[in-house]
Amino acid sequence: MKLKIKIIGTIALFSVLSTGTVVAQVGKPFIHDPSTITECDGKYYTFGTGGGGLISEDGWTWNGGAVRPGGGAAPDVLKIGDRYLIAYGATGGGLAGGHNGRILTMWNKTLDPKSPDFKYSEAVIVASSDGTEDCDPIDPGLLLDPTDGRLWLSYGTYFGFIQLVELDPKTGKRVEGNKPKNIAIDCEATDLMYQDGWYYLLGTHGTCCDGPNSTYNIVVGRSRKVTGPYLDNMGRDMLKGGGKMVVAAGERLIGPGHFGRMIIGDGVQKMSCHYEADLDQSGRSVLGIRPLLWKNGWPVAGDNFKEGTYEIESERRGYALELTVDFVRMPGGMRFNRNNNEPVKPVPSQELADVVNTWPAGNIGVRIGDYMFRPHQKWAITAVPGAGGYPGGPYYKIVIAGTDRALAATAEAEVVTVPAFTGAPEQLWRIDQLTDGTYRIMPKVVPNSGEKLALVSSGDSTPTLAKFDMKSDNSKWNFKAH
Amino acid sequence: MILAGLGLQGYSATSAPKINGIAKIDTTQSLAPYFTPSTAKKKTPDAEGFIQRWLLLEPINKPNRGNTVFTDSYLRTAFTTGYFPNQFTVVPKDGEKVKVGEQELTWHALETANFNVKLFRFAYGLRKQTYGVLFWAVTIVNSPREMKNVRMAVGSNSGSMWWLNGKEAVLLSGDRRMVMDDCTSARLTLNKGQNIIRGAVINGPGMSDFCVRFLDEKGEPIKDITISCK
Repeated sequence: MKLKIKIIGTIALFSVLSTGTVVAQVGKPFIHDPSTITECDGKYYTFGTGGGGLISEDGWTWNGGAVRPGGGAAPDVLKIGDRYLIAYGATGGGLAGGHNGRILTMWNKTLDPKSPDFKYSEAVIVASSDGTEDCDPIDPGLLLDPTDGRLWLSYGTYFGFIQLVELDPKTGKRVEGNKPKNIAIDCEATDLMYQDGWYYLLGTHGTCCDGPNSTYNIVVGRSRKVTGPYLDNMGRDMLKGGGKMVVAAGERLIGPGHFGRMIIGDGVQKMSCHYEADLDQSGRSVLGIRPLLWKNGWPVAGDNFKEGTYEIESERRGYALELTVDFVRMPGGMRFNRNNNEPVKPVPSQELADVVNTWPAGNIGVRIGDYMFRPHQKWAITAVPGAGGYPGGPYYKIVIAGTDRALAATAEAEVVTVPAFTGAPEQLWRIDQLTDGTYRIMPKVVPNSGEKLALVSSGDSTPTLAKFDMKSDNSKWNFKAH
Repeated sequence: MILAGLGLQGYSATSAPKINGIAKIDTTQSLAPYFTPSTAKKKTPDAEGFIQRWLLLEPINKPNRGNTVFTDSYLRTAFTTGYFPNQFTVVPKDGEKVKVGEQELTWHALETANFNVKLFRFAYGLRKQTYGVLFWAVTIVNSPREMKNVRMAVGSNSGSMWWLNGKEAVLLSGDRRMVMDDCTSARLTLNKGQNIIRGAVINGPGMSDFCVRFLDEKGEPIKDITISCK
């Protein structure tokens, strides 16, 4: 399926102007049952039901153009060594009355249809049922076990069991003599992942394919062995319907299903899915990317970052990012031992108008200080239309609320504020929620540098740009709307 | 794009009462290995407290192309309608027949090999319709003493209603799949001696199924009871 890549800026601009807040991916992110998002030569790919799929240059703006023969439904993709294994189901689960599903795998050296190396191998069947068994093989999910290099495939739907089989990672074919193992019920669109000594089985529960009335939601169970048993947070087997919620509907996005995980870096993970209905995009099925958090050994979807006015709080010391300006005192001093019968009245907060004329014009430095919800510490963060993004989010401008004074990276790898936002790349910020729920804040570019740096506390009260280190609270921030 | 008919619970919504969803003629249709005939031997719940001995009525024809109609109101009407005489009081015998409209349906006293009662396989094994169905189930719980503050914990595919000793105990509303301990009753009392559980399970194009156990005040399964069909 070939679609022209549309002018990305226009689409993104329209998206922001029409909704005010950009929540799901932009471009033409229309897809059903997306595969795990996979990188190939600097671009991101996801394949969907029916054939074809989406391509993105940056992970934020998606358009059609991916190519996958074989039709069928709900593919998955896994990079093994220097090539890509693609799995898909030949049927849709009960379509045309049958439950005799078949899962096939095939290889390609690249996912880029414009590459001269783009050529799929012949697809082979790796799992099937005769239609009377307690399983309907659809919706494959692949896992290459990082502890021992073995390759596993889960599949199935609500008709009977979710099953697990083993494949040969060198050929993509079923291991000789391997028998399917039942690992769950009540779900479809399963996927497997490994993290810190546990295997996780993701499954989509609820109803698919019912637009805004789809109850589709993603749950998880975990096991010490890839063959199960997969138990939820109540100790309940997924074979008995168990599962702990990973993501459900919210923010006008309905029916998340078909989980996939992307590991972006240490401490930075994203999950992909589709939403059955994005109420801000004609109720169509769209690609979704969310931060993936880990809480006490359980994965859970983070929320998309919301535009708004925030304190930017350091995780190191809990001080707030602020302008290097004179502190302006509010009227009134200590107040106690007054007449208790005096009626209590609200005191207005300090306003921007009270202080802005005391600030210098031109660039103003940035430091971290006691948070007092003063104007020089409140940052309005909004997506910049047409500036592109990264997996899971657009680039943001970070300005002092009520002004156009924008946070910017300097060529010395420090931070400063410039009096007016111009859209220059060093004024664009990437915000990723980390696996522990805090945030990493990175400039799109550090001028005259190719280095990828993040906002880091170099002292309790001093911010800088430096290499991100997930093991240090220096690298982490919180956004507080208070 | 093959979205139509795709994956709404994973089935094509073809009409009942045909046995659909199979690709080959299955000449081995029977209740095995899912069910065996009930015996007179003493039977307790399984290790997790699930009740495995039931009188099941062959499915009443209740066509529904989809399960989106299973609102609370719809289910209440469906489950409080009388389909056959003494429906809310009978403890039938194995092999007993009832007439429901044009259908002649038989009660079967069975034991499930699993924690759950796979009604889809019950219907399929007897070559009855599997979709667009309403099942009735009855069993007797014998308790050595009065037990207060117990809860009936039920999972079902799809909607269902359950009674203990003639009083409504729990309604599983909407379209749902069978999850153990999905819904529980309010706190109930099991009488010393006999207690009758009655259940009704409805489904359109789904894998009809249920599981039932009792939980004590601490949420632990009750196992020192016996289950019988008479």
